[in-house]
Amino acid sequence: MAKTVIKKSNIHISSNGMEKHIPEKRLEVLKTYKIYIGGQFPRTESGRYYVPVNKSGKKLANVCLSSRKDFRDAMESARGAFGGWSGRAAFNRGQILYRMAEMLEGRKAQFIDELIQQDSTAAQAEVEVNLAIDRLIYYAGWCDKYQQIFSAVNPVASSHFNFSVPEPTGVVAVIAPQNDSLLGLVSVIAPVIAGGNTCVVLGSFDKPLCCVTFAEVLNSSDLPGGVVNILTGKSSELASWFAEHMDVNAVVYCEKDEATQKMFKEKSAVNVKRVVLYDKVNWYSDAGQSPYFINDTQEIKTTWHPIENIGGGGSKY
Amino acid sequence: MIIPDFRISPRVDQVGIEERASRVTKRSIKKESKMNGLLLALNMIDLTTLEGKDTDGKVKQLCYKAQHLHDAYPGLPTVAAICVYPSMVKTAKQALGNSGVKVASVATAFPSGQAPRDVKIRDTKYAVANGADEVDMVISRGKFLMGEYNYVFDEIAAIKEACGDARLKVILETGELGSYDKVRRASDIAMYAGADFIKTSTGKISPAATLPVTLVMLEAIRDFYYVTGKMIAMKPAGGISKSKLALHYLVMLKEVLGEAWMNNEWFRFGASSLANDLLMQIVKEKTGLYQSKDYFSID
Repeated sequence: MAKTVIKKSNIHISSNGMEKHIPEKRLEVLKTYKIYIGGQFPRTESGRYYVPVNKSGKKLANVCLSSRKDFRDAMESARGAFGGWSGRAAFNRGQILYRMAEMLEGRKAQFIDELIQQDSTAAQAEVEVNLAIDRLIYYAGWCDKYQQIFSAVNPVASSHFNFSVPEPTGVVAVIAPQNDSLLGLVSVIAPVIAGGNTCVVLGSFDKPLCCVTFAEVLNSSDLPGGVVNILTGKSSELASWFAEHMDVNAVVYCEKDEATQKMFKEKSAVNVKRVVLYDKVNWYSDAGQSPYFINDTQEIKTTWHPIENIGGGGSKY
Repeated sequence: MIIPDFRISPRVDQVGIEERASRVTKRSIKKESKMNGLLLALNMIDLTTLEGKDTDGKVKQLCYKAQHLHDAYPGLPTVAAICVYPSMVKTAKQALGNSGVKVASVATAFPSGQAPRDVKIRDTKYAVANGADEVDMVISRGKFLMGEYNYVFDEIAAIKEACGDARLKVILETGELGSYDKVRRASDIAMYAGADFIKTSTGKISPAATLPVTLVMLEAIRDFYYVTGKMIAMKPAGGISKSKLALHYLVMLKEVLGEAWMNNEWFRFGASSLANDLLMQIVKEKTGLYQSKDYFSID
């Protein structure tokens, strides 16, 4: 990608008499952008690639054009990881989200560089990365707290102690925001996994660099393999598979495209998936983070626990 | 029949056999042929439960599953057999009635085989008396590895006699034999001693069935057929839980032994969770939708 010219090396004789070659410019080692499934970085099963180009005409990279079979494999990983992740102590999930933020902070420069390649200004890029880090911290804090907000003890007219608690809905298939390729991605993944779900995420098509690099952050931050799986490719190819897969429990879609929204609503009926649409959210504003985003991929379990007669016991429940 | 000297059973080229076995995994099987393969594999399953915690209830539930694999799709085949411990044979036989699903019983101090011969024979007779259609015996791996091939041969022959009309499957427990040469030799001993089936594993030892080991055994069956004209059946068992892998086994079967072996009289899968995966793939083929375990029976 980068234009590299190797000039004739300068040869120096060092003090111990050894020859030292000092090339004026070294060959840059370019990163292969692969997808992230089950804690591994495979290439797409389909063998297809595309080359996103930025506004100044620079080719960004060869990026995997994922197929429905990559999605199927990712779903298997996500389902396999669900029991372990949802079974962890909420506090521990918070620690891991915090660790993700630490890792992201450590690679800030790389993300800023990638965002600039993807047409952000330097100032915009820095704001986006900072917000993404803060957002992870925000949801790390909520991991063991949202349950109290959304739980309730319910009044019932029989001798039962009746209470409702949120539980993770299962595997969530996410089509991440296409424009805010890092902040949008983090803003949709974090509440899903903070709530104990696992997910398969399709990153931005035109700006795919950050989502692959973010997968590397996930991979080095104690997040068990399979909890987040990241694909790159075309929403138009994959969206209907997201909607129709019987093992998907909820879908998240962030674009304004009405035809796709309609498709999600219709096809999700096959196994009554939750359909979550974030087409009006400004991820840069305060409204871009809230425990209600966690609640969107929870299901409420209500328990009727028999107790002694409420009249006699004087209970007000 | 002339009994050969088993010390000079053919040697196996390890690299060659693994290379050949890996080649069957490259075949692309789609659409109609995939559907036929899935249905065939389903019909070849010995649905198995071999656990210390097995109860009458568990076995009855499994027998029900054998006959009603997925009632949402009428017309599906049943599995070939239920495979249980001798103490569960009576329960299974009753539960299956005249459904055509056979009852196979492990015997001969399964899975270790470490018991005196008369105990093993009584174990076998008990299973057959209770109605087992098939008996899955284990060979004495210790004796085999000590080179006492006559002992192993005589034992298989004695169990075969105790089986009466029941078909005898001989489990080699290839994971404990150590090399393809020994797998080949044990296969030869079992077939000449009267086995109706040769079977890779108990499922209690890892590695269980693998493609290369199965290929070695299929080739032994082929060579035995060329010499004696007698067909022997094959049963890989353990570790086959995905449809794709099951299709690879069928490809191998077809290429080594041919059409005559492509039915549940001559080939079986010993498996418990394979059935559900096959069903999920069959429903995927019919509906076009990727399936979820939530909508199939619990293994």
